[in-house]
Amino acid sequence: MKREPGNKIEHALHELTAMDELAAGSSFVHSLNPGAKLAAAVLYILAVLSFHKYDLSGIIPMVIWPVLLFTLAGIPVRTCFYKLRIVLPLVMAVGLFNPFFDHTPMFRLGGFIVTGGVISMITLMLKGVFCLMSSFLLAATTPIDSICAALRKIHVPEMLVTLLLLTYRYVGVLTSELAVMTDAYHLRAPGQKGIHISAWGSFLGQLLLRSMDRAQSLYESMLLRGYDGRFHYAIRTKFAERDAVYLAVSAAFFLLVRYGNAAELVGRLFVR
Amino acid sequence: MIEFKNVSFEYENGKPVVQELSFQIEKGESVGLIGANGAGKSTVMKLLLGLVSGDGEILIDGMPMSRNNLADIRKKLGFVLQDSDDQMFMPTVYEDLIFGPVNYGMSREEADRKADEVLTKLNLTDLKHRHNHKLSGGEKKMAAIAVILAMEPETVLMDEPTASLDPYNRRIVINTIKDLKQTKIITSHDLDMIMDTCSRVILLSNGRIAADGPAEEILRDKALLEANHLELPLGIAKR
Ligand SMILES: Nc1ncnc2c1ncn2[C@@H]1O[C@H](COP(=O)(O)OP(=O)(O)O)[C@@H](O)[C@H]1O
Ligand SMILES: [Mg+2]
Repeated sequence: MKREPGNKIEHALHELTAMDELAAGSSFVHSLNPGAKLAAAVLYILAVLSFHKYDLSGIIPMVIWPVLLFTLAGIPVRTCFYKLRIVLPLVMAVGLFNPFFDHTPMFRLGGFIVTGGVISMITLMLKGVFCLMSSFLLAATTPIDSICAALRKIHVPEMLVTLLLLTYRYVGVLTSELAVMTDAYHLRAPGQKGIHISAWGSFLGQLLLRSMDRAQSLYESMLLRGYDGRFHYAIRTKFAERDAVYLAVSAAFFLLVRYGNAAELVGRLFVR
Repeated sequence: MIEFKNVSFEYENGKPVVQELSFQIEKGESVGLIGANGAGKSTVMKLLLGLVSGDGEILIDGMPMSRNNLADIRKKLGFVLQDSDDQMFMPTVYEDLIFGPVNYGMSREEADRKADEVLTKLNLTDLKHRHNHKLSGGEKKMAAIAVILAMEPETVLMDEPTASLDPYNRRIVINTIKDLKQTKIITSHDLDMIMDTCSRVILLSNGRIAADGPAEEILRDKALLEANHLELPLGIAKR
């Protein structure tokens, strides 16, 4: 069955998964060893998550790393935000309730007292956005099969890696099923915005069943073409000196921003 | 050679889908597996590929199918799925073309050469670097056939290859199938296509063989076809 991605949801999700066009680039970042890129992304996420919830000023410089790499990879940062536009609000929504619970006054800004809740909300939102950016960076500069091959190399169990690969492909399958079903629904419920809440249950059930069937045949079709959990076809790149340098510089930067509070260092120089 | 000996199969719900099926297909034959919707055609293919297993015995080149030789058996069989979207799971046509060969131990260079060879043979060189999700239905079907041929199978299985194609693309697919030298097993209810591409027909009805013989005979047997919810191919009805 062939469909043009004309449906709005499908279009947005499709763009998100159709990352391979970006990943096929040839910049310095693209050519780095997938394992090194994966490791750097994981370190970055760990560093970001480790900031204290009130440490807004500390976490802000972390933005430099993904922005710099996007630039080096020749991918505009706005592409990242554009492609992530349907996921971003979800991630940002996480901290939304903090201001209602945490009223600890932090500092005065003009006539307003800024509470701890507001600070922690912004910090949490930034954490989410930064993690998304670094994951996107990895996915946009490394083919999924190379990421999987790198994971296998560091002995992540085959089951998990196959699962990751299938999930990645499955998102595409899920969205096309979703699109077909929303189209079918709207043809029979003209003029209705969204899907009426009374139909949600059966709608979701159907969606799950249909996409499970599709995922099953997708997996079978991989098996029939010799897929055995090893990634023979992923292009292998050796871990070279520059990969080590890249990893070391990245890690050093994370440590510096996380522990060697840059602003504080400069401040101390002048006070003493 | 492919041999089914008293093969039976049912899905979990217990309704028999394939019942006591026995037949032999010799090397080089082209066989049309026909029958109404739900007759069990796709299930027979799945049994043959070892994707599901039932009672009875399936032999490929004399080897009884088992867990241990499944990989070897699958290597001999190229399966063109009914839905090309499930078949083409890599980003580009080229990557899909080399996926199978490389998994089966070809070097990247060899696989590259093989991909080019197949694309040239099928007149598809334009498709090589196209993205799968941007192909039309007809292009995708042809690309799926190319992907299977790149694995150099001894037998090509096709599940409803002309379903949902327009007349122009259907004709291209039919001509391609006609040119294939491999053993062919093709399921369909597009009997005109079967007429054009197969010399033998096995007619399935409720998971049993209702008829097995030369295409010329079975596809002309109006009473038999109608009893099985099929119609004479247009090409014959018009004469
Ligand atoms: N995954 C499944 N689970 C349960 N029943 C199935 C499944 N797939 C097919 N069937 C049933 O098996 C029968 C034969 O299906 P199939 O082999 O797909 O027929 P055909 O390809 O000839 O149209 C049908 O009655 C169908 O409903
Ligand atoms: Mg079928």
